[in-house]
Amino acid sequence: MNSIRVLIVDDSSVMRKILERSLRQAGVELTSVCQAANGAEALAVLAENQVDLILCDINMPVMDGLEFVKQLPGVENAKGAPVIMITTEGSESHVVQALSAGAKGYLRKPFTPEQVKDHVIPLLGVKA
Amino acid sequence: MRSPSEVWGENPSIPEGWSSILEVAVREVFELMLGCRLTVPEAPSEEPLDITAMVGLAGRLCGVLSLQCSAKSSAIMASRMLGVEPDQIGPEVCDAFGEICNMVAGNFKNKIAGLGEGCMLSVPTVITGNDYSMHSLTDSPVLEVRLQFESGPLVIALQIHN
Repeated sequence: MNSIRVLIVDDSSVMRKILERSLRQAGVELTSVCQAANGAEALAVLAENQVDLILCDINMPVMDGLEFVKQLPGVENAKGAPVIMITTEGSESHVVQALSAGAKGYLRKPFTPEQVKDHVIPLLGVKA
Repeated sequence: MRSPSEVWGENPSIPEGWSSILEVAVREVFELMLGCRLTVPEAPSEEPLDITAMVGLAGRLCGVLSLQCSAKSSAIMASRMLGVEPDQIGPEVCDAFGEICNMVAGNFKNKIAGLGEGCMLSVPTVITGNDYSMHSLTDSPVLEVRLQFESGPLVIALQIHN
């Protein structure tokens, strides 16, 4: 598997660290790890950094994950990067909203590293 | 969407089975995210409950879900989540404990038919110290589950407002 650049967006710094650790435990080699605490911060990060994968929470202050994903088509540095939404919200309507907004996957908290692996690995070769 | 009174009646009470659903929701979070099994306390603990995390629920179910444990236990929880030693844990404790509470609240509501869609969660609030009292403005029922994390008590309470 090639080394990838990941952007992790979550208002909890602990959850961002857990997601990074889960990716490494899943055997994903990370060239770089960018982090942001909300969608607006993530867009600012993407103005400076190209990424191959985005893991994003939904419920965040300032700009939530759904709004962030809707804005991604206009972001050059996120082109081809699949987005996986990671959230405590597990209802069908949330999944539909996330996928309609452009996410490629949806993972509900709590999760195991194996579940992160199962969601991430199939998407790494898929262009968004 | 049905109003809270249509779902729970004019005089809310704890629906049957919610206690075990709440316990399962808590146990799952600890097993999946911390890799540990909670046990049932055999005797009351002397350990202080000096950290509290709260998440508000609004919509079809209105209320507050809270978690309480000792500062020592919360540091161990954070260390388990982050894969580091407890003495390496600093200000992440509150973030980690709040996130656990958030996941418990989300996991619980997703197990109750109709709540996954119609109930929103607030961002978590964490209080350190135990010299405080919580007062609800309504005569609301409280569902409480007492478990044990390692050697310390863990109290989970769901106060229902509708």
